[in-house]
Amino acid sequence: MKLVLHIWRQKNGQAPGKMVRYELNNVSEHMSFLEMLDVLNEELTLNGEDPVAFEHDCREGICGCCGFMINGVAHGPQRGTTVCQLHMRHFKDGDELWLEPWRAKAFPVLKDLMVDRRAFDRIIAAGGYISVNAGSAPDGNALPIEKQKSDLAMDAAQCIGCGACVAACPNASAMLFTSAKVVHLALLPQGQPERHRRVRNMVAQMQAEIFGACTNLGECEAACPKKIKLENIARLNRDFLKASWIFREETTAAGAG
Amino acid sequence: MKLDARIPAGPIEQKWQKAKFEMRLVNPANKRKYNIIVVGTGLAGGSAAATLGELGYNVKSFCYQDSPRRAHSIAAQGGINAAKNYQNDGDSVFRLFYDTVKGGDFRAREGNVYRLAEISANIIDQCVAQGVPFAREYGGLLANRSFGGAQVSRTFYARGQTGQQLLLGAYQAMERQVQAGKVKVFSHHEMLELVVVDGRARGIVERNMETGEITSHVADAVILATGGYGNTFFLSTNAKGCNTTAIWRAYKKGAAFANPCYTQIHPTCIPVSGDYQSKLTLMSESLRNDGRIWVPKKQGDKRPPSQIPEGERDYYLERMYPSYGNLCPRDIASRAAKRVCDEGRGVGPGGLGVYLDFKEAIDRLGKNLIADRYGNLIEMYERITGEDPYTSPMRIFPAVHYTMGGLWVDYHLMSTIPGLFVLGEANFSDHGANRLGASALMQGLADGYFVIPYTLGHFLAGVKAGDNITTDHPEFQFARSEVDNRIKHFLGIKGKRTVDSFHRELGKALWEDCGMARNRKGLEAALIKIPAIREEFSKNVTVTGDTMEVNQALERAGRVADFLELGKLICRDALEREESCGGHFREEYQTAEGEALRNDAQFAHVAAWEYAGENAPPIRNTEPLDFEYVHLAQRNYK
Repeated sequence: MKLVLHIWRQKNGQAPGKMVRYELNNVSEHMSFLEMLDVLNEELTLNGEDPVAFEHDCREGICGCCGFMINGVAHGPQRGTTVCQLHMRHFKDGDELWLEPWRAKAFPVLKDLMVDRRAFDRIIAAGGYISVNAGSAPDGNALPIEKQKSDLAMDAAQCIGCGACVAACPNASAMLFTSAKVVHLALLPQGQPERHRRVRNMVAQMQAEIFGACTNLGECEAACPKKIKLENIARLNRDFLKASWIFREETTAAGAG
Repeated sequence: MKLDARIPAGPIEQKWQKAKFEMRLVNPANKRKYNIIVVGTGLAGGSAAATLGELGYNVKSFCYQDSPRRAHSIAAQGGINAAKNYQNDGDSVFRLFYDTVKGGDFRAREGNVYRLAEISANIIDQCVAQGVPFAREYGGLLANRSFGGAQVSRTFYARGQTGQQLLLGAYQAMERQVQAGKVKVFSHHEMLELVVVDGRARGIVERNMETGEITSHVADAVILATGGYGNTFFLSTNAKGCNTTAIWRAYKKGAAFANPCYTQIHPTCIPVSGDYQSKLTLMSESLRNDGRIWVPKKQGDKRPPSQIPEGERDYYLERMYPSYGNLCPRDIASRAAKRVCDEGRGVGPGGLGVYLDFKEAIDRLGKNLIADRYGNLIEMYERITGEDPYTSPMRIFPAVHYTMGGLWVDYHLMSTIPGLFVLGEANFSDHGANRLGASALMQGLADGYFVIPYTLGHFLAGVKAGDNITTDHPEFQFARSEVDNRIKHFLGIKGKRTVDSFHRELGKALWEDCGMARNRKGLEAALIKIPAIREEFSKNVTVTGDTMEVNQALERAGRVADFLELGKLICRDALEREESCGGHFREEYQTAEGEALRNDAQFAHVAAWEYAGENAPPIRNTEPLDFEYVHLAQRNYK
């Protein structure tokens, strides 16, 4: 099939960017979307032009590297699918596609379709863990966990940190990402000791990164390649409210800390 | 080169305890005086950085991805082994040790493997405490499933995303140390050179992949946890960015490279669909718990699978290996698939595929239970192929997956360069000539959480912290100039072929001559072909753009240049190992039934290759392997 691609080209974070039009003939329906871009890049390289920069690594939909907007939709038209798993059989001959990077203040553009998502790492560093040093764990079966809760925790834990939720949100909110980690840990008994501290610190970091506020539009859930549910945001809000209510200044009295 | 494995004396079950007690310690106040570099943030590197940070060392962690959470361990699907014996089915540390040595076709060190089995139980405890949502039974306890090469159920899993969940556990533990100020992460930074000063690893030179800036870092020890080199073959189940550069640079600085020819071809991957194919996708071995592998009995049978009656199907693994059936080890299952395809009984385009069929399991257990166990894998298959495995069987074919070879390390995980430690898939130590399923995650985490914290401390206790070596040292200056020159070289060639075209050509040569089956003639041909490809690469590759910017073509050029050198060493090692063992199958050495035929008298050893300069052949050193506890025998899975 033949395709017309309009791709956002931007040399670096400081340079201005623009859409550039490319035509591609002989696209096979068995190709993945990224393999189609590989073909384009090989052509560009042989013409001495700069190939299109995009993030990708595992190409199995799990590392979370890839992702950009296809015709205004994060990861493209197929629900629950990262762009590396999207195959060309979902497009037809003559289609015209517009590819743009994630748009969010907290995700500055690095080049073309690549953005800097380190803000997500900083949200996790603010509290997205259970504080347990290697070597100090009790037996794995010492603490039975209700299967349903464990399954719900797993549903939330599947987040791949790609940033589609932020890109899809008109407010560029990171609530779905943050709530997925908060809820994964809050559902498990191991996560209880730090539950309230965690949610407060992660939300504070999210705000410090200038992600927008959540207004329950639900675009994030629709765009999420791992189908992380909106109900996680509700659970985060409940935990956050409670945590704010019972908040006490942390002290290092009595040798704690 | 002297290879001292430093295996502690004494009975095997006491070796690690004894070693731990005998190792020197660094007191807490002194730990913060030491600077450690960890390259790679997968299960091994991430867990090592987190644990060393917890202990109080200053850690710098480097990864080429934009976040440490994206390392390729994340793609591991099926599970992680541990000798917990929760199923009461006869498992034990000794049995896991035994299965692993046997599964590796008697080419691993007993001492290392026993330690791995011993530590395996701690790993599960640690991960559960971190909040890894392993699969559970209704009673709330941990669930298990089976993997190849074992007759017990000792594999813990989190749906088909076990690697993801374990990696996120390690990543989160590491981010906790970032917050505590003990670990500093350099993401989108790629190590391009190792720096050795006075015979000791003292730092690295790396490139910031966003700005192109080259920076050197000094440390008291360097840890490489940079994964395997399966991408030498171009098409593999590895992530696109996986590369050999870190360990290859270390090799050229004096670290021995052990058993490069031990490459694992995984039996269950989605077959190649066209020339544009950029990678291959694994379908977890766990699918063989419930899926049955078959091909038509007749050659060239083109009927759709649903129209081939039961009696005309050959469930060849169940037929050939009745006691392990579909769960025989990977090397054996891959070769069996190749054999039936060579007989003209393969299915799908080009006859390069076999069926993995869930019909019987769906009839027996119901679609819901199958979806619960493998839903995400089945969905992934559907995305890629457009076919629905619930109604028609999957088509699968073997593909390059894992590399058992890697930098040589001793019991302390230290390479032949003092102060250079190598963890996870990047080292060679625990899997012999074939890795069993669900053992890679186990090894990565064992190395990072439970081995390196002890052995690194022992090393550091013997060297002084805070000497006056800086990046002004001539060795650092020299390493830096080597990096600059290489980059200048790639950008200056301005030839007519893309980096990828060379990489594909190398991969094809390796797959044909050094893939599932190897022979002298093919390997000798490859040893002529590969240097010729390398020669043309150095004259005719084109790398567009500049160095002081994001330049993905430049990144790939550096990696492919190293793959081209390693490819030759893989073939050389395969040629010199005149026997078949595990993933290394030499057609000249097989039993009457076509199984791998080892030559224990001459080859019960590790081949550790030593770099001898650009124009001299590398030196093949050997470390003999002794088997005191698992007696050398022809593997039998019948």
